[in-house]
Amino acid sequence: MSGRHGIPKSRWLPAYVTVYLAFLYFPILLLPIFSFNNAATTTFPLAGFTTKWYASLWHNTALLEAARNSMIVGVSVAILSTVLGICAARAITRYRFRGQRAATGLIMAPLFLPEIIFAVSLLMIILQLGVELSLVTVILGQVIFCLPYAMSVLISGFGGFDRSLEEASLDLGETAIGTFRRVTLPVVAPALVSSLLVSFTVSLDEFILAFFLSGTEPTLPVYIWGQLRFAAKLPGVLALGSVMILISILLLTLSEIIRRRAEHRLRAQGALNA
Amino acid sequence: MAVLSATEVEQRPTHPPKNKARWTASEEASGLALISPTLLYAVALLFLPILIVVAYSFWTQDYLTIDRTFTLQNYKTALGEPIYQDLLVRSLVISLVVSVVTVTLSYPIAWFISFHGGVHKNLWLFLITVPCWTSYLLRVMSWKVILGYGGVMNTGLLSIGIIDKPLTSLLYNSNAVVITLVHSWAAFAILPIFVSLEKVDRSLIEAAHDLGDNKLMSFLRVTLPLSLPGVISAFLIVMIPTVGDYVTPKLVGGKDGVMIATAIQAQFGKGANWPLGAALSVTTMVIVSAMAGIAVLALKLLVRMAK
Repeated sequence: MSGRHGIPKSRWLPAYVTVYLAFLYFPILLLPIFSFNNAATTTFPLAGFTTKWYASLWHNTALLEAARNSMIVGVSVAILSTVLGICAARAITRYRFRGQRAATGLIMAPLFLPEIIFAVSLLMIILQLGVELSLVTVILGQVIFCLPYAMSVLISGFGGFDRSLEEASLDLGETAIGTFRRVTLPVVAPALVSSLLVSFTVSLDEFILAFFLSGTEPTLPVYIWGQLRFAAKLPGVLALGSVMILISILLLTLSEIIRRRAEHRLRAQGALNA
Repeated sequence: MAVLSATEVEQRPTHPPKNKARWTASEEASGLALISPTLLYAVALLFLPILIVVAYSFWTQDYLTIDRTFTLQNYKTALGEPIYQDLLVRSLVISLVVSVVTVTLSYPIAWFISFHGGVHKNLWLFLITVPCWTSYLLRVMSWKVILGYGGVMNTGLLSIGIIDKPLTSLLYNSNAVVITLVHSWAAFAILPIFVSLEKVDRSLIEAAHDLGDNKLMSFLRVTLPLSLPGVISAFLIVMIPTVGDYVTPKLVGGKDGVMIATAIQAQFGKGANWPLGAALSVTTMVIVSAMAGIAVLALKLLVRMAK
């Protein structure tokens, strides 16, 4: 493409992209560097290599408790947002109905809203109803926040789905449930897995809703927030943060690989059919 | 990466309508039935709560009891008290600056990926988005480490001899807030711009070139106007959420970088004045939406003038 005339090729652009990537990655690579530093302060030059900050994580019961809470919340949010996302994404890609745009708009709205505003609004309605704050309220709130992400993954997964495959299966005498299991599911499965992983990652990192709605059971980001006040606790937080970043990157990479393999497969099938 | 391309949702081709009324009715019914669980969930936990916030903003609170007589008193306080005025203005300015800087810095990246990404477009997008998906809180903390008094930036500048004592002006001000927010929202700006650049018909650019436009002119007259929808959604997706950011001002903003979210949060914590907190939330939303609307109009006008 770059050889076509009219589309400028420029020498400075690749350099700019490099600087930009460095700007993006520098803060994230910095935390792991200091987490292995044998000093309680975050300054250069480094004071030597240690893994003691990581070792200290294992004996911290408050942290392990928070990690357990994050797991419970993350798994529940991933499942709930994906199930709700499937309903909406399927309805939007398969059918045409009045109010479709308004409904989609409402579900996608959290992308265009300051998070603090729906955190506050949820807090008000929950306290008004007399419901006690707990992990359940965090889950309910985070599902709203994760739905737009789950939806975009699922819509693009369902969008390329050939409807005639299902019709053929039904015509050939397969039941509706059988069609879903044997025709629909294999095609959309990668999108489902992607949606689960992305929702889990978003939930794992989400702070504002967890901060407002978690009551006495903190998730990991809420726990970290509490630790930030104490300078002495910083290296431990850096170690924990590095572990969380690593988990996030692994989950996202996994989700991307699954999505791309499915895309390749669909394209190959399309070429075969043509 | 498919994530976040909200524009795609709206532009998805729909099935051609058929004339049979019964068929339409059943299609309509099935669609609604299928979307209803998700829709009901969003109505119950997003739409209704926001309605309640709006309602509260017109009520008053007397210790623990809520007086439900209609009043504009909260809005008078929200718009009239100097402290809230300052916070609102600062939040709006910061979010405007952040969105302009983010969109400007991100456009060339989106352009590069779309025009020169070749077969690795997805890989590029993935590389760009990964940092933005990893813990927001930790990224903000990392900026604190970078910009602090004994931080990476200061020690770095000291060691290469550009400065002879650490700068105190790096952290705890609105600049630190802007830098951190621009970093946080980069991918959110790149994705929509990329999606709209992908839709630009390459032959139009060649045509402009053949007809005598130079590179800059063909960019201003063809590529930029055609990618405007992406620029606009990037602008909105950055500007509106950043106005209410809570973590960044708290961690790196110091005294001079406090934003409106801190005041809103205080009304639900120690301050315990829900109606005022609600009025502050509604005011922020309304003003930022209006400002975003104006900015979008100005952008459209500018592009039209460039043509």
